[in-house]
Amino acid sequence: MSKYNITFADIGATVSVPRGTRIVEVAEKVGASIPFGCKENDCGECLVEVLQGVDNLSTPSALEIELLKQKFAKPGCRLACQAMVQGDVTLKPA
Amino acid sequence: MNKPVWLSERVQWIGAFDPDMRSFDVILKTPNGTTYNAYLVRGSEGVAVIDTVKAECADQFFARLEAVCTYAEITTIVLNHLEPDHTGALPELMRRAPQARLYISQSAQLMLKALLNRRDLDFTAVSTGDNVSLGDRNLRFLHTPYLHWPDTQCTYLEEECILFSGDVFGCHFCDERLFNDKVGDFRFAFEYYYARIMRPFREHVMKALTLIDPLPINMIAPTHGPILRDQPTRYLQRYRELSGQRLHKELNAGEKTLIIFYISAYGSTTRMAQAIRDGAEQVAGVRVSLYDMEGGDADLFIDLVEDADGILIGSPTINGDAAKPLWDLLSAFSMVNVRGKLAGAFGSYGWSGEAVQMLEGRMRGLKMRVPLDGVRVKLIPSAEELELCVQHGRTVGEHLTGSNAPRVIDMADLLASRQPEVESNATLTRE
Ligand code: FES
Ligand SMILES: [Fe+2]
Ligand SMILES: [Fe+2]
Repeated sequence: MSKYNITFADIGATVSVPRGTRIVEVAEKVGASIPFGCKENDCGECLVEVLQGVDNLSTPSALEIELLKQKFAKPGCRLACQAMVQGDVTLKPA
Repeated sequence: MNKPVWLSERVQWIGAFDPDMRSFDVILKTPNGTTYNAYLVRGSEGVAVIDTVKAECADQFFARLEAVCTYAEITTIVLNHLEPDHTGALPELMRRAPQARLYISQSAQLMLKALLNRRDLDFTAVSTGDNVSLGDRNLRFLHTPYLHWPDTQCTYLEEECILFSGDVFGCHFCDERLFNDKVGDFRFAFEYYYARIMRPFREHVMKALTLIDPLPINMIAPTHGPILRDQPTRYLQRYRELSGQRLHKELNAGEKTLIIFYISAYGSTTRMAQAIRDGAEQVAGVRVSLYDMEGGDADLFIDLVEDADGILIGSPTINGDAAKPLWDLLSAFSMVNVRGKLAGAFGSYGWSGEAVQMLEGRMRGLKMRVPLDGVRVKLIPSAEELELCVQHGRTVGEHLTGSNAPRVIDMADLLASRQPEVESNATLTRE
């Protein structure tokens, strides 16, 4: 299975994960300071800013885009509970 | 009975008194009840209702509303906050005044749909800079989220300099005289409300104050408790004091604070705590404090917790659980904002050491970050085990200062390391 590196800039940790892993799962395990709530695209707590490799994440769904808009998210931000890793990325809490 | 109260010629209070309420949202004591404040603003070309009341008090609200306007006159309904204590009467109001347009904050949209369970809902989502005109009266919106829900906003009546603030600057205090210069001494209620409802969001309070500051304020009209018309800016000032830095921290610039709370049954967890402290203190720029929770009450430490950069909790495992004073401590954590603080647990155990993972789980649940597996020691820590604790303390310190070497980890190892201990049962049968 293909593996990719996801780097949490805030804690200086890089985790090698299988394709399709959701950011929030890794963040929680590695103790990155990315908060989350519902994990269901509802609360918008899990906002992250992608510093590198935005295009290496799964395309956001219409629902995610709507929530990002409501959270006044800057471009390059994603919900950690929705975005799935499909290549190397570096991110930090938004 | 149920008369509206005039704030000015064009503005009336049409809320409800709830003198018998004794506890609110489970967490707040309300020794003399509360009020749900709703307001009506009349302009030359429209009438706005700002917030409503909880469902059980709807009769009072409608009676007061009917005393000052007809439903057909209402053009505008503003919701500063969607919690049921302010939206209980909303569905009925919308039924009686179907022509009125709803104004809510951007972040309230999904919540409103869930609240009313209606798909066909029509509303306007507003933010700072948006206005709604009632002719010779104009309402301006301020985006002030997280006071104390994501959806909260304030609404400012330009011509009269009245700030309809929602829950912020409110308190649970029921006095029919209604204005701060008339009611009994409500200072305790004001402070208590801040401490229990707003304090975890103090950074958002500061942001809101920045938006409010440039506005001339004649009156603050919150959704609970007295209307602040006498020296309203004093209450803004008080919020500023409460939300700003408390006592000056005796720290050098850039120094990080680590607090270790622990309980020990036979001294083993104490020794681990000390060893971890010794390790963390070896890291330049880390200041550690150690507290035995046997000698302290959770509430005493909450200020410390709020300011700390990192928190470790040490507990023996007693009957498969962490010690109660530590759970009490953790339950007090929700009174402040602990999100993103570094956290960890450790402890000694007899035959199974679940306490450490249970504490870690709780702290994760509070959205703290737990980057390292806690150390656990079976019974009495040996010299090597204490050395491991020192090592662990050093790593924690490095994580706090960011001086830890960048790590590369495999997800599979992460998953493996967080598996609950199974070895304990095996040990038990062996012994
Ligand atoms: S955790 Fe709630 S939206 Fe991601
Ligand atoms: Fe509320
Ligand atoms: Fe409220």
